[in-house]
Amino acid sequence: MNLECFSAGSSPLHRADVRLKMIGAFLLSVTVALCYSLSAPLLALGVALLLLGSARLPLVKVGRRLLVVNLFTLLFWLTLPFTVPGRTVMEAGPLVVSGAGINLAALITVKTNAIVLIFMALVATSGVTAIGHGLAGLKVPPRFCMLLLFTYRYIFVLQQEYQRLRRAALLRGFRPATTMHTYRTYGNLLGMTLVKSWQRGRRVQQAMELRGFQGRFYVLEGRPLAAADWGLLALLFGAALGVACMELLGAPGGWS
Amino acid sequence: MTALLLEDISFCHPGGGCLFHHLKLAIGAERVGFIGPNGSGKTTLFHIIMGLLKPDSGRILLDGRQVNDVRAWRQLRRQVGFLFQDADDQLFSPTVLEDVTFGPLNMGDDGPTAKAKAMATLESLDLAGFAGRITHQLSGGEKKLVALATILVMAPEILLLDEPTNNLDMATRERLVAILADLNLPMVIISHDFDFLAKSTDIIYSLDHGHLHRSESSHLHSHPHAHIYGDHPHAHGGY
Repeated sequence: MNLECFSAGSSPLHRADVRLKMIGAFLLSVTVALCYSLSAPLLALGVALLLLGSARLPLVKVGRRLLVVNLFTLLFWLTLPFTVPGRTVMEAGPLVVSGAGINLAALITVKTNAIVLIFMALVATSGVTAIGHGLAGLKVPPRFCMLLLFTYRYIFVLQQEYQRLRRAALLRGFRPATTMHTYRTYGNLLGMTLVKSWQRGRRVQQAMELRGFQGRFYVLEGRPLAAADWGLLALLFGAALGVACMELLGAPGGWS
Repeated sequence: MTALLLEDISFCHPGGGCLFHHLKLAIGAERVGFIGPNGSGKTTLFHIIMGLLKPDSGRILLDGRQVNDVRAWRQLRRQVGFLFQDADDQLFSPTVLEDVTFGPLNMGDDGPTAKAKAMATLESLDLAGFAGRITHQLSGGEKKLVALATILVMAPEILLLDEPTNNLDMATRERLVAILADLNLPMVIISHDFDFLAKSTDIIYSLDHGHLHRSESSHLHSHPHAHIYGDHPHAHGGY
Protein backbone atom coordinates (compact mmCIF):
# COMPACT_ATOMS: atom_id res chain seq x y z
CA MET A 1 0.00 0.00 0.00
CA ASN A 2 1.58 3.23 -1.11
CA LEU A 3 -0.48 6.35 -0.64
CA GLU A 4 2.22 8.71 -1.75
CA CYS A 5 3.42 7.28 -5.06
CA PHE A 6 3.55 10.73 -6.71
CA SER A 7 5.08 12.72 -3.86
CA ALA A 8 8.74 11.96 -4.57
CA GLY A 9 10.29 14.06 -7.30
CA SER A 10 12.24 17.19 -8.04
CA SER A 11 9.99 18.98 -10.54
CA PRO A 12 9.08 22.65 -9.96
CA LEU A 13 5.63 21.50 -8.79
CA HIS A 14 7.17 19.12 -6.25
CA ARG A 15 9.28 21.94 -4.86
CA ALA A 16 6.49 24.53 -4.74
CA ASP A 17 4.83 25.42 -1.44
CA VAL A 18 2.00 23.02 -0.64
CA ARG A 19 -0.29 25.74 0.77
CA LEU A 20 -0.32 27.80 -2.42
CA LYS A 21 -0.60 24.65 -4.54
CA MET A 22 -3.71 23.66 -2.58
CA ILE A 23 -5.22 27.13 -2.98
CA GLY A 24 -4.53 26.98 -6.72
CA ALA A 25 -5.99 23.47 -7.06
CA PHE A 26 -9.06 24.56 -5.12
CA LEU A 27 -9.62 27.66 -7.28
CA LEU A 28 -9.19 25.76 -10.53
CA SER A 29 -11.35 22.81 -9.60
CA VAL A 30 -14.20 24.93 -8.21
CA THR A 31 -14.17 27.01 -11.40
CA VAL A 32 -14.27 23.85 -13.52
CA ALA A 33 -17.02 22.31 -11.42
CA LEU A 34 -19.25 25.37 -11.91
CA CYS A 35 -19.03 25.35 -15.75
CA TYR A 36 -22.02 24.46 -17.95
CA SER A 37 -20.39 24.67 -21.37
CA LEU A 38 -17.97 22.07 -22.70
CA SER A 39 -15.29 24.42 -23.98
CA ALA A 40 -14.23 25.90 -20.63
CA PRO A 41 -13.62 22.50 -18.96
CA LEU A 42 -11.71 21.47 -22.10
CA LEU A 43 -9.43 24.45 -21.57
CA ALA A 44 -9.01 23.37 -17.94
CA LEU A 45 -8.18 19.86 -19.10
CA GLY A 46 -5.46 21.40 -21.27
CA VAL A 47 -4.13 23.31 -18.26
CA ALA A 48 -4.24 20.09 -16.22
CA LEU A 49 -2.23 18.24 -18.88
CA LEU A 50 0.35 21.05 -18.91
CA LEU A 51 0.62 20.82 -15.10
CA LEU A 52 0.93 17.05 -15.33
CA GLY A 53 3.74 17.47 -17.85
CA SER A 54 5.63 19.90 -15.64
CA ALA A 55 5.19 17.61 -12.62
CA ARG A 56 6.86 14.80 -14.61
CA LEU A 57 4.73 12.09 -13.00
CA PRO A 58 5.06 8.44 -14.09
CA LEU A 59 2.48 8.26 -16.88
CA VAL A 60 1.66 4.59 -16.47
CA LYS A 61 0.59 5.12 -12.86
CA VAL A 62 -1.35 8.25 -13.82
CA GLY A 63 -3.10 6.25 -16.55
CA ARG A 64 -4.00 3.48 -14.14
CA ARG A 65 -5.61 5.96 -11.76
CA LEU A 66 -7.50 7.67 -14.58
CA LEU A 67 -8.79 4.26 -15.61
CA VAL A 68 -10.41 3.83 -12.20
CA VAL A 69 -11.97 7.28 -12.42
CA ASN A 70 -13.27 6.63 -15.93
CA LEU A 71 -14.85 3.34 -14.97
CA PHE A 72 -17.09 5.61 -12.95
CA THR A 73 -17.75 8.03 -15.82
CA LEU A 74 -18.44 5.02 -18.07
CA LEU A 75 -21.62 4.52 -16.04
CA PHE A 76 -22.76 7.97 -17.18
CA TRP A 77 -22.05 7.12 -20.82
CA LEU A 78 -24.13 3.97 -20.43
CA THR A 79 -27.13 5.80 -19.01
CA LEU A 80 -27.26 9.54 -19.76
CA PRO A 81 -27.43 9.49 -23.62
CA PHE A 82 -30.56 7.29 -23.41
CA THR A 83 -32.32 8.99 -20.55
CA VAL A 84 -31.77 12.75 -20.87
CA PRO A 85 -34.48 14.31 -23.07
CA GLY A 86 -33.25 16.33 -26.09
CA ARG A 87 -32.85 16.40 -29.86
CA THR A 88 -32.45 12.88 -31.23
CA VAL A 89 -29.12 12.28 -32.95
CA MET A 90 -29.30 8.51 -33.38
CA GLU A 91 -31.84 5.77 -33.16
CA ALA A 92 -31.05 2.11 -32.66
CA GLY A 93 -34.17 0.04 -32.31
CA PRO A 94 -35.95 0.98 -29.10
CA LEU A 95 -32.99 3.07 -27.91
CA VAL A 96 -32.97 6.80 -28.63
CA VAL A 97 -29.73 8.71 -28.20
CA SER A 98 -30.15 12.39 -27.35
CA GLY A 99 -27.63 15.13 -28.08
CA ALA A 100 -28.17 16.66 -24.66
CA GLY A 101 -27.41 13.30 -23.05
CA ILE A 102 -24.13 12.92 -24.93
CA ASN A 103 -23.29 16.48 -24.10
CA LEU A 104 -23.88 15.96 -20.39
CA ALA A 105 -21.87 12.73 -20.29
CA ALA A 106 -19.01 14.43 -22.14
CA LEU A 107 -19.15 17.41 -19.77
CA ILE A 108 -18.98 15.17 -16.70
CA THR A 109 -16.11 13.16 -18.18
CA VAL A 110 -14.03 16.21 -19.08
CA LYS A 111 -14.66 17.89 -15.72
CA THR A 112 -13.84 14.76 -13.73
CA ASN A 113 -10.61 14.08 -15.57
CA ALA A 114 -9.54 17.71 -15.42
CA ILE A 115 -10.09 17.92 -11.65
CA VAL A 116 -8.41 14.58 -10.95
CA LEU A 117 -5.39 15.57 -13.05
CA ILE A 118 -5.20 19.00 -11.36
CA PHE A 119 -5.16 17.34 -7.95
CA MET A 120 -2.59 14.77 -9.06
CA ALA A 121 -0.27 17.43 -10.42
CA LEU A 122 -0.71 19.96 -7.59
CA VAL A 123 -1.67 18.11 -4.40
CA ALA A 124 -0.41 14.54 -4.86
CA THR A 125 3.06 15.95 -5.55
CA SER A 126 3.28 16.72 -1.82
CA GLY A 127 3.44 14.04 0.89
CA VAL A 128 0.53 13.55 3.27
CA THR A 129 2.62 14.99 6.09
CA ALA A 130 3.27 18.17 4.12
CA ILE A 131 -0.40 18.40 3.17
CA GLY A 132 -1.41 18.11 6.83
CA HIS A 133 1.01 20.87 7.78
CA GLY A 134 -0.11 22.95 4.82
CA LEU A 135 -3.75 22.68 5.87
CA ALA A 136 -2.76 23.79 9.36
CA GLY A 137 -0.88 26.69 7.79
CA LEU A 138 -4.06 27.64 5.91
CA LYS A 139 -5.86 27.86 9.28
CA VAL A 140 -7.95 24.76 8.72
CA PRO A 141 -9.14 23.72 12.23
CA PRO A 142 -6.33 21.73 13.88
CA ARG A 143 -8.67 18.83 14.64
CA PHE A 144 -9.10 18.13 10.93
CA CYS A 145 -5.37 18.38 10.25
CA MET A 146 -4.59 16.06 13.15
CA LEU A 147 -7.29 13.64 12.00
CA LEU A 148 -5.57 13.46 8.63
CA LEU A 149 -2.09 13.09 10.09
CA PHE A 150 -3.11 10.47 12.68
CA THR A 151 -5.02 8.47 10.08
CA TYR A 152 -1.97 8.49 7.89
CA ARG A 153 0.36 7.62 10.77
CA TYR A 154 -1.62 4.58 11.95
CA ILE A 155 -3.21 3.28 8.77
CA PHE A 156 -0.04 1.32 8.03
CA VAL A 157 0.21 -0.03 11.57
CA LEU A 158 -3.41 -1.21 11.40
CA GLN A 159 -2.90 -2.65 7.94
CA GLN A 160 0.14 -4.56 9.23
CA GLU A 161 -1.89 -5.87 12.16
CA TYR A 162 -4.63 -7.03 9.81
CA GLN A 163 -2.07 -8.65 7.50
CA ARG A 164 -0.46 -10.46 10.43
CA LEU A 165 -3.80 -11.93 11.44
CA ARG A 166 -4.66 -12.83 7.85
CA ARG A 167 -1.31 -14.51 7.32
CA ALA A 168 -1.74 -16.47 10.53
CA ALA A 169 -5.10 -17.71 9.20
CA LEU A 170 -3.68 -18.55 5.77
CA LEU A 171 -0.75 -20.44 7.28
CA ARG A 172 -3.18 -22.64 9.13
CA GLY A 173 -4.78 -23.69 5.90
CA PHE A 174 -7.55 -21.09 5.59
CA ARG A 175 -8.83 -20.81 2.00
CA PRO A 176 -11.55 -18.24 1.42
CA ALA A 177 -14.67 -19.68 -0.18
CA THR A 178 -18.37 -18.91 -0.16
CA THR A 179 -19.03 -20.66 3.12
CA MET A 180 -20.19 -19.71 6.58
CA HIS A 181 -16.74 -20.62 7.85
CA THR A 182 -15.18 -18.01 5.54
CA TYR A 183 -17.62 -15.31 6.59
CA ARG A 184 -17.09 -16.12 10.23
CA THR A 185 -13.31 -16.04 9.81
CA TYR A 186 -13.37 -12.68 8.03
CA GLY A 187 -15.74 -11.40 10.70
CA ASN A 188 -13.26 -12.46 13.36
CA LEU A 189 -10.33 -10.93 11.46
CA LEU A 190 -12.10 -7.60 11.10
CA GLY A 191 -13.39 -7.70 14.68
CA MET A 192 -9.94 -8.47 16.03
CA THR A 193 -8.41 -5.67 13.94
CA LEU A 194 -11.04 -3.30 15.34
CA VAL A 195 -10.30 -4.33 18.93
CA LYS A 196 -6.57 -3.99 18.36
CA SER A 197 -7.03 -0.56 16.78
CA TRP A 198 -9.07 0.55 19.73
CA GLN A 199 -6.42 -0.68 22.16
CA ARG A 200 -3.69 0.97 20.11
CA GLY A 201 -5.65 4.23 20.12
CA ARG A 202 -5.89 4.06 23.88
CA ARG A 203 -2.18 3.45 24.31
CA VAL A 204 -1.34 6.33 21.99
CA GLN A 205 -3.63 8.59 23.98
CA GLN A 206 -1.98 7.48 27.23
CA ALA A 207 1.46 8.15 25.78
CA MET A 208 0.32 11.64 24.75
CA GLU A 209 -1.16 12.40 28.15
CA LEU A 210 2.02 11.28 29.89
CA ARG A 211 3.84 13.91 27.86
CA GLY A 212 1.52 16.63 29.06
CA PHE A 213 -1.07 16.63 26.27
CA GLN A 214 -4.11 18.69 27.29
CA GLY A 215 -6.01 18.92 24.03
CA ARG A 216 -3.92 21.59 22.33
CA PHE A 217 -1.91 20.88 19.22
CA TYR A 218 1.09 22.88 18.19
CA VAL A 219 2.38 23.15 14.66
CA LEU A 220 5.98 24.10 14.01
CA GLU A 221 6.51 26.91 11.52
CA GLY A 222 6.96 25.86 7.91
CA ARG A 223 9.39 27.38 5.44
CA PRO A 224 8.74 30.95 4.27
CA LEU A 225 7.14 31.50 0.87
CA ALA A 226 9.45 32.28 -2.06
CA ALA A 227 8.79 34.40 -5.14
CA ALA A 228 8.46 31.23 -7.26
CA ASP A 229 5.60 30.03 -5.03
CA TRP A 230 3.68 33.27 -5.58
CA GLY A 231 4.46 33.06 -9.29
CA LEU A 232 2.88 29.62 -9.48
CA LEU A 233 -0.19 30.81 -7.59
CA ALA A 234 -0.51 33.77 -9.99
CA LEU A 235 -0.32 31.38 -12.96
CA LEU A 236 -2.95 29.08 -11.48
CA PHE A 237 -5.16 32.03 -10.65
CA GLY A 238 -4.76 33.28 -14.23
CA ALA A 239 -5.72 29.85 -15.56
CA ALA A 240 -8.83 29.75 -13.37
CA LEU A 241 -9.71 33.26 -14.55
CA GLY A 242 -9.23 32.18 -18.18
CA VAL A 243 -11.55 29.20 -17.70
CA ALA A 244 -14.14 31.44 -16.03
CA CYS A 245 -13.95 34.03 -18.84
CA MET A 246 -14.36 31.35 -21.47
CA GLU A 247 -17.40 30.04 -19.65
CA LEU A 248 -18.99 33.47 -19.26
CA LEU A 249 -18.10 34.97 -22.66
CA GLY A 250 -17.65 32.00 -24.96
CA ALA A 251 -20.30 30.43 -27.17
CA PRO A 252 -21.83 27.25 -25.78
CA GLY A 253 -20.40 24.28 -27.62
CA GLY A 254 -21.80 20.81 -28.17
CA TRP A 255 -25.15 19.65 -29.37
CA SER A 256 -27.48 21.33 -26.91
CA MET B 1 16.80 14.17 44.25
CA THR B 2 13.31 13.02 43.42
CA ALA B 3 11.93 10.18 45.49
CA LEU B 4 8.94 8.09 44.60
CA LEU B 5 7.34 5.92 47.27
CA LEU B 6 4.71 3.27 46.68
CA GLU B 7 2.85 2.36 49.84
CA ASP B 8 0.57 -0.55 50.39
CA ILE B 9 -0.45 -0.86 46.74
CA SER B 10 -2.99 -3.57 45.92
CA PHE B 11 -4.47 -4.13 42.50
CA CYS B 12 -6.97 -6.70 41.34
CA HIS B 13 -8.43 -7.19 37.88
CA PRO B 14 -12.16 -6.68 37.89
CA GLY B 15 -13.57 -10.16 38.34
CA GLY B 16 -10.10 -11.67 38.05
CA GLY B 17 -7.11 -12.45 40.19
CA CYS B 18 -5.10 -9.97 42.20
CA LEU B 19 -1.71 -8.81 40.97
CA PHE B 20 -0.32 -7.09 44.06
CA HIS B 21 -0.99 -7.35 47.77
CA HIS B 22 0.11 -4.39 49.87
CA LEU B 23 3.17 -3.79 47.77
CA LYS B 24 5.81 -1.36 49.01
CA LEU B 25 8.59 0.10 46.93
CA ALA B 26 10.90 3.11 47.04
CA ILE B 27 12.30 4.47 43.79
CA GLY B 28 14.77 7.29 43.47
CA ALA B 29 18.23 6.32 44.57
CA GLU B 30 19.18 3.34 42.49
CA ARG B 31 18.71 1.60 39.22
CA VAL B 32 16.22 -1.15 39.74
CA GLY B 33 15.47 -4.10 37.49
CA PHE B 34 12.15 -5.96 37.48
CA ILE B 35 11.88 -9.50 36.27
CA GLY B 36 8.94 -11.81 36.52
CA PRO B 37 6.83 -14.16 34.49
CA ASN B 38 4.47 -12.84 31.81
CA GLY B 39 1.27 -11.58 33.34
CA SER B 40 2.80 -11.00 36.76
CA GLY B 41 1.88 -7.33 36.61
CA LYS B 42 5.13 -5.56 35.83
CA THR B 43 3.64 -3.28 33.19
CA THR B 44 0.51 -2.80 35.31
CA LEU B 45 2.70 -1.55 38.15
CA PHE B 46 4.22 1.07 35.79
CA HIS B 47 0.75 2.14 34.73
CA ILE B 48 -0.23 2.54 38.38
CA ILE B 49 2.86 4.62 39.08
CA MET B 50 2.04 6.91 36.14
CA GLY B 51 -1.61 7.22 37.12
CA LEU B 52 -2.95 5.42 34.06
CA LEU B 53 -4.52 2.80 36.34
CA LYS B 54 -5.96 3.33 39.78
CA PRO B 55 -4.92 0.84 42.45
CA ASP B 56 -7.59 -0.70 44.68
CA SER B 57 -5.76 0.51 47.73
CA GLY B 58 -2.53 2.22 48.69
CA ARG B 59 -0.97 5.52 47.79
CA ILE B 60 1.90 7.01 45.86
CA LEU B 61 4.12 9.69 47.36
CA LEU B 62 6.26 12.03 45.28
CA ASP B 63 8.92 13.74 47.40
CA GLY B 64 6.89 12.96 50.48
CA ARG B 65 3.58 14.37 49.21
CA GLN B 66 0.70 12.15 48.26
CA VAL B 67 -0.22 12.24 44.58
CA ASN B 68 -3.98 12.52 44.56
CA ASP B 69 -5.18 15.29 42.28
CA VAL B 70 -4.79 16.30 38.64
CA ARG B 71 -2.07 18.82 39.35
CA ALA B 72 -0.03 16.38 41.37
CA TRP B 73 -0.29 13.76 38.62
CA ARG B 74 0.79 16.32 36.04
CA GLN B 75 3.79 17.12 38.21
CA LEU B 76 4.64 13.43 38.59
CA ARG B 77 4.38 12.84 34.85
CA ARG B 78 6.74 15.72 34.28
CA GLN B 79 9.30 14.23 36.66
CA VAL B 80 8.92 10.58 35.72
CA GLY B 81 9.50 9.49 32.11
CA PHE B 82 7.87 6.28 30.91
CA LEU B 83 9.17 4.45 27.83
CA PHE B 84 6.41 2.21 26.40
CA GLN B 85 7.01 -1.34 25.29
CA ASP B 86 5.90 -0.55 21.74
CA ALA B 87 7.54 2.55 20.26
CA ASP B 88 4.72 2.79 17.71
CA ASP B 89 2.44 3.78 20.59
CA GLN B 90 4.73 6.61 21.54
CA LEU B 91 5.65 8.10 18.17
CA PHE B 92 2.53 9.55 16.63
CA SER B 93 3.77 12.74 14.98
CA PRO B 94 4.65 12.73 11.30
CA THR B 95 8.29 13.69 11.78
CA VAL B 96 10.86 12.88 14.43
CA LEU B 97 11.44 16.55 15.28
CA GLU B 98 7.74 17.17 15.82
CA ASP B 99 7.43 14.16 18.05
CA VAL B 100 10.38 15.20 20.20
CA THR B 101 9.08 18.79 20.50
CA PHE B 102 5.58 17.58 21.49
CA GLY B 103 6.40 17.27 25.21
CA PRO B 104 8.23 20.62 25.59
CA LEU B 105 5.44 22.44 23.71
CA ASN B 106 2.89 20.93 26.08
CA MET B 107 5.03 22.10 28.99
CA GLY B 108 4.68 25.65 27.68
CA ASP B 109 7.91 26.17 25.75
CA ASP B 110 7.63 28.32 22.62
CA GLY B 111 8.50 26.89 19.19
CA PRO B 112 12.18 27.87 18.95
CA THR B 113 12.94 26.78 22.54
CA ALA B 114 11.21 23.43 22.03
CA LYS B 115 13.10 22.93 18.78
CA ALA B 116 16.43 23.76 20.40
CA LYS B 117 15.76 21.33 23.25
CA ALA B 118 14.71 18.63 20.81
CA MET B 119 17.80 19.08 18.67
CA ALA B 120 20.07 19.00 21.73
CA THR B 121 18.45 15.77 22.93
CA LEU B 122 18.66 14.17 19.50
CA GLU B 123 22.32 15.18 19.25
CA SER B 124 23.08 13.72 22.68
CA LEU B 125 21.73 10.39 21.41
CA ASP B 126 23.59 10.65 18.09
CA LEU B 127 20.27 11.05 16.28
CA ALA B 128 20.73 14.58 14.94
CA GLY B 129 20.36 13.37 11.36
CA PHE B 130 16.91 11.94 12.13
CA ALA B 131 15.09 15.21 12.83
CA GLY B 132 13.34 15.40 9.46
CA ARG B 133 12.66 11.68 9.11
CA ILE B 134 9.10 10.34 8.96
CA THR B 135 8.46 8.37 12.16
CA HIS B 136 6.65 5.39 10.68
CA GLN B 137 9.47 4.80 8.21
CA LEU B 138 12.11 4.30 10.93
CA SER B 139 13.42 0.83 11.74
CA GLY B 140 12.43 -0.82 15.03
CA GLY B 141 15.70 0.11 16.73
CA GLU B 142 15.57 3.69 15.47
CA LYS B 143 11.98 4.01 16.70
CA LYS B 144 13.04 2.84 20.16
CA LEU B 145 15.88 5.38 20.38
CA VAL B 146 13.67 8.22 19.11
CA ALA B 147 10.98 7.23 21.63
CA LEU B 148 13.65 7.49 24.33
CA ALA B 149 14.51 10.96 23.01
CA THR B 150 10.87 12.07 23.30
CA ILE B 151 11.04 11.14 27.00
CA LEU B 152 14.50 12.54 27.73
CA VAL B 153 13.73 15.92 26.17
CA MET B 154 11.31 16.53 29.04
CA ALA B 155 14.23 16.26 31.49
CA PRO B 156 12.72 13.54 33.68
CA GLU B 157 14.24 12.81 37.07
CA ILE B 158 13.26 9.15 37.11
CA LEU B 159 12.90 6.78 34.16
CA LEU B 160 10.57 3.81 33.84
CA LEU B 161 11.55 1.55 30.93
CA ASP B 162 9.23 -1.26 29.86
CA GLU B 163 11.21 -4.03 28.13
CA PRO B 164 13.46 -1.59 26.28
CA THR B 165 15.60 -4.27 24.60
CA ASN B 166 12.71 -6.21 23.05
CA ASN B 167 13.33 -6.89 19.37
CA LEU B 168 16.53 -4.85 19.29
CA ASP B 169 19.55 -6.15 17.41
CA MET B 170 22.93 -6.54 19.15
CA ALA B 171 24.32 -3.19 18.01
CA THR B 172 21.25 -1.16 19.02
CA ARG B 173 21.06 -3.04 22.32
CA GLU B 174 24.68 -2.16 23.10
CA ARG B 175 23.98 1.43 22.09
CA LEU B 176 21.04 1.54 24.50
CA VAL B 177 23.19 0.09 27.31
CA ALA B 178 25.78 2.82 26.68
CA ILE B 179 23.15 5.58 26.58
CA LEU B 180 21.55 4.41 29.83
CA ALA B 181 24.95 4.12 31.51
CA ASP B 182 25.68 7.76 30.61
CA LEU B 183 22.35 9.08 31.84
CA ASN B 184 23.02 9.20 35.55
CA LEU B 185 19.31 8.97 36.39
CA PRO B 186 17.54 6.61 38.75
CA MET B 187 15.46 4.19 36.74
CA VAL B 188 13.29 1.12 36.88
CA ILE B 189 13.67 -1.35 34.03
CA ILE B 190 11.34 -4.21 33.21
CA SER B 191 13.14 -6.84 31.19
CA HIS B 192 13.51 -10.55 30.60
CA ASP B 193 17.03 -9.89 29.40
CA PHE B 194 19.21 -10.85 32.40
CA ASP B 195 22.44 -9.79 30.79
CA PHE B 196 21.00 -6.35 30.03
CA LEU B 197 19.65 -5.96 33.57
CA ALA B 198 22.98 -7.00 35.06
CA LYS B 199 24.73 -4.32 32.99
CA SER B 200 22.21 -1.55 33.58
CA THR B 201 20.85 -1.93 37.11
CA ASP B 202 22.07 -2.08 40.72
CA ILE B 203 19.34 -4.26 42.23
CA ILE B 204 17.02 -6.76 40.62
CA TYR B 205 13.59 -7.53 42.03
CA SER B 206 11.45 -10.37 40.90
CA LEU B 207 7.71 -9.95 40.96
CA ASP B 208 6.04 -13.18 41.86
CA HIS B 209 2.48 -13.81 43.01
CA GLY B 210 1.97 -10.20 43.95
CA HIS B 211 5.12 -9.74 45.99
CA LEU B 212 8.48 -8.20 45.19
CA HIS B 213 11.53 -10.24 46.11
CA ARG B 214 14.98 -8.84 46.06
CA SER B 215 17.08 -11.21 44.00
CA GLU B 216 20.35 -12.52 45.35
CA SER B 217 23.31 -10.64 44.00
CA SER B 218 24.80 -12.35 41.02
CA HIS B 219 27.25 -15.13 41.60
CA LEU B 220 29.98 -16.32 39.33
CA HIS B 221 29.10 -19.29 37.24
CA SER B 222 29.93 -20.66 33.89
CA HIS B 223 28.15 -22.78 31.37
CA PRO B 224 29.32 -24.06 28.05
CA HIS B 225 27.59 -23.00 24.89
CA ALA B 226 28.27 -23.36 21.20
CA HIS B 227 28.82 -20.62 18.69
CA ILE B 228 27.08 -22.24 15.78
CA TYR B 229 27.25 -19.19 13.56
CA GLY B 230 30.97 -18.67 13.95
CA ASP B 231 30.97 -15.81 11.46
CA HIS B 232 28.76 -13.78 13.76
CA PRO B 233 30.13 -14.28 17.29
CA HIS B 234 28.16 -12.47 19.96
CA ALA B 235 29.82 -10.29 22.54
CA HIS B 236 30.25 -11.73 26.02
CA GLY B 237 29.34 -9.90 29.21
CA GLY B 238 31.89 -8.64 31.66
CA TYR B 239 32.12 -11.80 33.76
